[in-house]
Amino acid sequence: MSRFVVLVLAILFELTAAAQAEDPLEIKIGYLRRPQQQETISLVQMPSPDNGLAGAQMAVTDNNTTGRFLNQRYLLIDAHLKTGDDPAAAVHQLANQGASLILADLPADDLLNAADAGKADRILFFNVGATDDRLRQKDCRDNLIHTAPSRAMLADGLAQYLVWKKWVRWFLVVGSHERDRLFAAALTRAANRFGAKIVQERVFKDTGGARHTDSGVVQIQQQVPVFTQGVPTYDVLVVADESEVFANNLPYRTWDPRPVAGSAGLVPTSWDASNNLWGGIQMQNRFTEQYKRLMTALDMQAWTAVRMIGEAASRQNSADPSVLLDFLKGPRLALGAFKGQKLTLRDWDLQLRQPILLTDSRTIVSISPQSGFLHQFSELDTLGYDRPETQCKLQ
Amino acid sequence: MQTAMIGLKLFAELAKSKQRVRVLTFGIVIGLVCPASAFTAYVSNEKSNTISVVDTDKMETVRTIKVGQRPRGIELTKDDKHCLVAVGDDDTIQVVDTKTGEVTANLPSGPDPELFTLSPNGALLYVANENNNTVTVIDIERRVVLGEVQVGVEPEGMGISPDGKILVNTSETTNMAHFIDTDARKIIANVLVDSRPRFAAFKSDASELWVSSEVGGTVSVIDPIKREVTKKIGFAIPGLRSEAIQPVGISIKKDGKTGFVALGPANRVAVIDGTTHEVKKYLLVGQRVWHMSFTPDEKYLLTTNGLSNDVSVIDVASLKVIKSIQVGELPWGITITKH
Repeated sequence: MSRFVVLVLAILFELTAAAQAEDPLEIKIGYLRRPQQQETISLVQMPSPDNGLAGAQMAVTDNNTTGRFLNQRYLLIDAHLKTGDDPAAAVHQLANQGASLILADLPADDLLNAADAGKADRILFFNVGATDDRLRQKDCRDNLIHTAPSRAMLADGLAQYLVWKKWVRWFLVVGSHERDRLFAAALTRAANRFGAKIVQERVFKDTGGARHTDSGVVQIQQQVPVFTQGVPTYDVLVVADESEVFANNLPYRTWDPRPVAGSAGLVPTSWDASNNLWGGIQMQNRFTEQYKRLMTALDMQAWTAVRMIGEAASRQNSADPSVLLDFLKGPRLALGAFKGQKLTLRDWDLQLRQPILLTDSRTIVSISPQSGFLHQFSELDTLGYDRPETQCKLQ
Repeated sequence: MQTAMIGLKLFAELAKSKQRVRVLTFGIVIGLVCPASAFTAYVSNEKSNTISVVDTDKMETVRTIKVGQRPRGIELTKDDKHCLVAVGDDDTIQVVDTKTGEVTANLPSGPDPELFTLSPNGALLYVANENNNTVTVIDIERRVVLGEVQVGVEPEGMGISPDGKILVNTSETTNMAHFIDTDARKIIANVLVDSRPRFAAFKSDASELWVSSEVGGTVSVIDPIKREVTKKIGFAIPGLRSEAIQPVGISIKKDGKTGFVALGPANRVAVIDGTTHEVKKYLLVGQRVWHMSFTPDEKYLLTTNGLSNDVSVIDVASLKVIKSIQVGELPWGITITKH
């Protein structure tokens, strides 16, 4: 009898042990996005419907390859908001599905709504799309990490290179939408920081109309030279047109023969499909093979966010958002993201430190920070708002 | 051989005399006559698609061999008769006859090979294929694939235990050292290390495994029996930001008492005490130092410097950089004859 009990107990023990060994740590990640029907001037730059999401999916695959060895499983839940949908409701729904980590590609106000709605459920957010500096400044949140670079970081990365080239006299052309003005403000700040001078600023007014027309090119060829006529001597035309209304029509059409930079020409970005440095080529190959298109900056920002989660979860063996955040904020994070150096988080505003690539969309022209722009802690902190300048109080 | 003996005797006798200058010249002449006393280094040049052949006595490039696209990982066969070089953009490993300098064969390495290692008996080749997360096992003589092992994301570094029974592969995005049983061709253990592990090297007595993490900026010392990290070696160079310190190549002396770690864009090689694992010294070499190789007598350690297109020669006894040798564009890997 007693022998039988021992046997049963032994079998039970074996069974529980086996069950324990088989149950992987599950890490559910939400991907929250809104349709942003962005028309681009260039047909080849039209965003694909899975822009961003594909990057997150690939990182989930990468994390799961690692997860095989660690008994961790990563899942991605796509939450695609329709126009008018409340992001807060979507956050609660994701929480009910078991997601405690959410990647968000949302405009600034929606993003703040979402982040605040997720507080009660202790959800950790990753801003993969919004470049607004206010999200890292007075509107920062202690549950919101930014893998997207801020406008200030992009502008500083560009400015350092233009100053290094000694193209310090800028003709600034600004679109007429709010986000164009925000980027122009970042460019103006960068000019002041690094010693460039804006010789003149002009606004290019969006009068509506289609981006693509059959005979549009004829008019553009006549309009742009007139628009850029009569500017004091300048080295480079710097353009802020996030709304994609006119910037890509400027190169080769200006009155004076000058290079264009900013929203067209030489563009600062976190990633470009032409980047093959530091092992980036393997990344590009993997992406193209899987998604049959080129990898965008938004894809990379989402990939980076999911890889940060993977790094933290694999090292802490936990899916608890506060455990992960502690690791990500701390000195042990050294994320490899094909940028030639480790990426870390700024603990004062939860912005990911990262180099800024400068691309003409065919090749990488340069990578900022440029050498010579020194910093006492990290040269990456010469890009964007540094610790002494921050207005962020994390809460 | 007889010439060599006479030469050496002559050299020894003359060395006693006071005419040192003439002796030196004579010695060099002898070196030319009998190449058996000189070692030959083969350096892969990633950009110029060539191998630079360096005479370690003359300390200069004596020949340049054209190979396929983007040559990186490079090893000699055990008999020194062939030089194997991974030409990643041509998706193959080329076999170069060291006598003629001709490419005599292509091995079925799988896509985009970068680093590889040979089994101690020289019969098998283990290749890391970054594009499809596998390690490929190749029979060199028959030029056939014997098997594949699925590993982590972007496999790179390859180290083999002295008895050939354990192969260690590092995966750059998974951040692990995978221990592979070479008989079963199965992973038997995974050890988490710091970001972007690039190179793995065993001590010759198999007591330790060292793994470099390029982005993490450390070298993990792993106990190969317990398969756990026992020590992490960090680096700090005054005046250099931590992001620039990116450990890649590792060379450990046969006695295990001294290890050398190439620190990439820090332009330095760290000298490490093999027992205490303390950094003893940093040696300034060329720019973006990748990989290293000892001459068989361990008198010299040669380093490839990617950005400055040269090879630095470190005198191992005095721990001094004594020479830099011009090679092709973007030198990456290096291997030196044993005979």
